[in-house]
Amino acid sequence: MSTEPLLDFSGVAMRFPNGTVALSGVDLTVGRGEFVTVVGPSGCGKSTLLRIASGLETASEGTTALGTTRIGYVFQDATLLPWRTVQSNVELLAELNHQSKKVRSAKAKEAIDLVGLTGFEKNLPKQLSGGMRMRTSLARSLTLDPELFLFDEPFGALDEITRERLGDELLRIFAEQNFAGLFITHSVAEAVYLSTRVIVMSGRPGRIVDEFDIPFGYPRDPDIRFTPEFAALSGKVSHALREGHS
Amino acid sequence: MSTSVKSAVQSTQPATRKHAGSKSRRILSTWGPPLAVFAVILIAWYLLADYLFGIGRKTVLPTPNRIVSESFFGRGDPITEDLLRAVGLSLSVALIGLAISITIGVVWAVLMSQGRWVERSLFPYAVILQCVPILALVPLIGTSIGYSFESRVLVCVLISLFPMVSNTLFGLQSVERSQRELFKLQNASRWTVLTKLQFPNALPAIFAGMRISAGLAVVGAIVGDFFFRRGQPGLGILIANYASRVQTAQLFASIITAALIGVLIFLLFGWIAKVAVGRWYEPAS
Repeated sequence: MSTEPLLDFSGVAMRFPNGTVALSGVDLTVGRGEFVTVVGPSGCGKSTLLRIASGLETASEGTTALGTTRIGYVFQDATLLPWRTVQSNVELLAELNHQSKKVRSAKAKEAIDLVGLTGFEKNLPKQLSGGMRMRTSLARSLTLDPELFLFDEPFGALDEITRERLGDELLRIFAEQNFAGLFITHSVAEAVYLSTRVIVMSGRPGRIVDEFDIPFGYPRDPDIRFTPEFAALSGKVSHALREGHS
Repeated sequence: MSTSVKSAVQSTQPATRKHAGSKSRRILSTWGPPLAVFAVILIAWYLLADYLFGIGRKTVLPTPNRIVSESFFGRGDPITEDLLRAVGLSLSVALIGLAISITIGVVWAVLMSQGRWVERSLFPYAVILQCVPILALVPLIGTSIGYSFESRVLVCVLISLFPMVSNTLFGLQSVERSQRELFKLQNASRWTVLTKLQFPNALPAIFAGMRISAGLAVVGAIVGDFFFRRGQPGLGILIANYASRVQTAQLFASIITAALIGVLIFLLFGWIAKVAVGRWYEPAS
């Protein structure tokens, strides 16, 4: 494990031109092999945190350091281009980075395989279910071979079964690729199940109110969700969430 | 994998119902209602023509069979040949005008999509173009640049340009924020965003614009002609002449022909749109 963190935020605050303060005094470090999940009430600025990490926004205060340029970003919705097939959507990022057709297509094939979409390469987004669209989106980011992977509530719009299955797939890929993950969600169970560490944020302006190390190893058995240990941890996170909210 | 793939349902069909959906039944439900309305119109037409004839105003409304027999086939004064020649001329004016409108409209909209200030500078002129009463402009065009083929095309362009500009602009600007950010995260250039994201995204709106513009281009070709009343006769001149000579059967024949051309062009562009973007585009329903 490298000692250099892939994401290092210190005293990060975000104040929008209209005066809204979205974040205040956020210190956060994510290293390789860590899967950090941020939970918080809606509007607490957790998405803003991710947008700052990706470079889509610039923090108005504090320092932000990134240990890599290979950053994957998964949006809330799949953001596929409806006129492109699965294959062509997955190739998009490599295409935007001016890679050759051959490299693109090889990378896309590998990523499509990794998310279990082999056989659907020629399908258009409108022919896919919500879960498959999200898999395509995931595959698209995987072609960047990211060292830091940012997820902005990617499974929020999916039904629970699909959501859990995709969570398991994500963990499998995480175990294989060993990236650093920063995952935003508002589901406590999802947070505890996926991560090595859970960060709890307060309502606006978003501050970090608590942190929990998750002791479970990988690969994770889906049944750990039903252990007393899991329940106890989820309880603590929920409690911190309520405290921070009031 | 439990998630099933829905078959590529043709979204352009208005939700064909599942129950016993035989083909003949579908054809009946598609064509039946408009044909029934057509029959009602015809009956009303005959009754009205008969009534007007009864009070001695037989020239006001000729019966449909008189329109057909006196204008198109044999008996009386058939104008089929004149009509065909006029249709050819008006159609070429309309199509050339439309092609120019599409080109200018798309370029205009692309320019405006490149910056707020460009849009602010150029959009008012698109609106003004739309608001100027074209009927007032037509004589002006005639006296200043003549009554040539080109002036008729110009009238056509003036009438059919606005929908191309506004629809294309709408399409270019209606890219979702997250899709834009997806490109931004890879530092995509303006050109790349335009060609790989905005333009394909705008295609359905562009085709919808073409459909509207195509109809207007036909109207434009006829209006220009109608007011110029000079040069080779297109449909507009025929209509003007028959009207002044009170040849109502021929007048109606010309009007119906003009309307048919409009409908055909409308259908043609609907079909082109379906072929071009129907594969992936799902209209919000």
